[in-house]
Amino acid sequence: MTEILWHGRGGQGAFTAARLLGDAYSLKDNAYALAFPSFGPERRGAPIRAFTKLDKKPIGNRSEITRSNYSIFLDDTLFNEKSFRELKQNGIILLNTKKTFDDPRVITLDGDSIAERILGLPITNTILLGAFAAVSREITLEDINKAIRQTMPRRLHEKNIAAVKAAFEEVVA
Amino acid sequence: MAKQFLSGNEAFAYGVRLARPQVISAYPITPQTIVVEKLSEFVEDGSLNAEFIHVESEHSALSCAMGASSVGARAFTATSSQGLLYMAECLPYAAGGRFPIVMMNANRSTALPWNIYGDQRDSISQLDSGWIQAYACNAQEALDLALMSFYIAEHKDVSTPFMANLDGFVLTHTYEVVDVPTAEQADAFLPKYQTENKMDLQKPRNLAFSAGPDTNTYFKYREHLGILNASKIIDEAEERFAKIFGRRYTGLTESYRTEDADYILFTLGSLSGLVREVVDELRKEGSRVGLLRLRYLRPFPNEEIAATVKNAKAVAVLEKDISFGNEGTVYTNVNSALQKAKLRIPSSDYIGGLGGRNISKEEIKIIFDELEQQQSTVKFLGIGGETNGN
Repeated sequence: MTEILWHGRGGQGAFTAARLLGDAYSLKDNAYALAFPSFGPERRGAPIRAFTKLDKKPIGNRSEITRSNYSIFLDDTLFNEKSFRELKQNGIILLNTKKTFDDPRVITLDGDSIAERILGLPITNTILLGAFAAVSREITLEDINKAIRQTMPRRLHEKNIAAVKAAFEEVVA
Repeated sequence: MAKQFLSGNEAFAYGVRLARPQVISAYPITPQTIVVEKLSEFVEDGSLNAEFIHVESEHSALSCAMGASSVGARAFTATSSQGLLYMAECLPYAAGGRFPIVMMNANRSTALPWNIYGDQRDSISQLDSGWIQAYACNAQEALDLALMSFYIAEHKDVSTPFMANLDGFVLTHTYEVVDVPTAEQADAFLPKYQTENKMDLQKPRNLAFSAGPDTNTYFKYREHLGILNASKIIDEAEERFAKIFGRRYTGLTESYRTEDADYILFTLGSLSGLVREVVDELRKEGSRVGLLRLRYLRPFPNEEIAATVKNAKAVAVLEKDISFGNEGTVYTNVNSALQKAKLRIPSSDYIGGLGGRNISKEEIKIIFDELEQQQSTVKFLGIGGETNGN
């Protein structure tokens, strides 16, 4: 099972990304996913977590992820040394930041710049999803595009599909 | 059928839409809210032709549903926790009136202390109210139960209201892959609701009447027979369902690797997915363990339990419920089934997951470990709390 832990602040769309990932992954036959937020009251700006589990068989364990294969941060103020304790062995951190880190476990992306250029808004959830596709190869861009078309409001489709592609290409480069 | 990525609440709402209820009366409450929101959207966008009555309380929600049912309409409501308790007065009323209303309950803890997270103390406190009670283990089963519940409740041999329970948050708010049937398939499965038990100007009759000491027992006996009959009609509904949709369910219980099991753990709802994984892991290490999931608590699966555990060395119940001053109510019911079948097997009770507390794989492994000691104890899981030593 591949377990993905999403970190964001209320309003940044971390759970939407967690759900899009599960949706995209499970488009294939015999592919299963669970996606859920950290449960409780929702507040704009407060740290939230969201979870995606991916597997080739039905997933019985609905508990929160405590150790992840990938931890994805939409907001670098939520990232610190403790974040590594939540990683499995060979786990990877995918971080939206303008800073650079000299650590092989950390992959960075300036998602805010892509968001500003393509979306005109500081929302990086689908951008980090595109970056995840590039890093993990668990899902294809086509699958993400299908999930976006299935679940997001129509007016957001093309911009987000373009943002996902830009992020994917930047990480691959 | 179309594969969609839905939450338990959404899946249930899709199932209700396919069942074409004529009246929906509901009051929103966490974690049920999304069902009510979705259904009101369906009515608004015209994809569901129902009267949506936004009532001022849960007591009114069920009262409205009874009114609708009493003129022969298919009626649906949904609630959770404090909402269920607030409508409690109406629960035996609907059952005694033989109104086959379907209600979704999002299982949530009851106050105090205030808590919005999932346990099953809300619905289990209402076991004696005369309603059928089912517990879904995933979003697909939730959708399928939504459809089947109307068939079962409205069957003339049953005529009993139906409470479909979904674990709050871990099932209601978790997204997963669900096959959504087409309207044509659903219509082929579910006949229109037809009943004699309604107010009809052409055929005037007395409904919701009084019955004094001389006749009351007959009515209560008939009510009991109706809910017992559900057992047979559940099988019939599932057989019919399998033919049309290709998904097969297993009646009042679902057993997993119990055939040769020495130690069997009983549970209900979405927790069974985790227990299944633990059973697989322990089986690899050579332990003969199994799982019995109680899909229904009313009617209670007495015979199914006895048949499943007759060769077991010990059994345990893992439940999100406590009847204060005694033990978990599921455990009480299971022990009664064992006693009636003259099975003298050690049985233990583990009370866990209260107020949404996480139950870990390790804790379930400990339960199976302790089962091998073949004791009969009642314990609060995860806090080391033993409640008696018998």
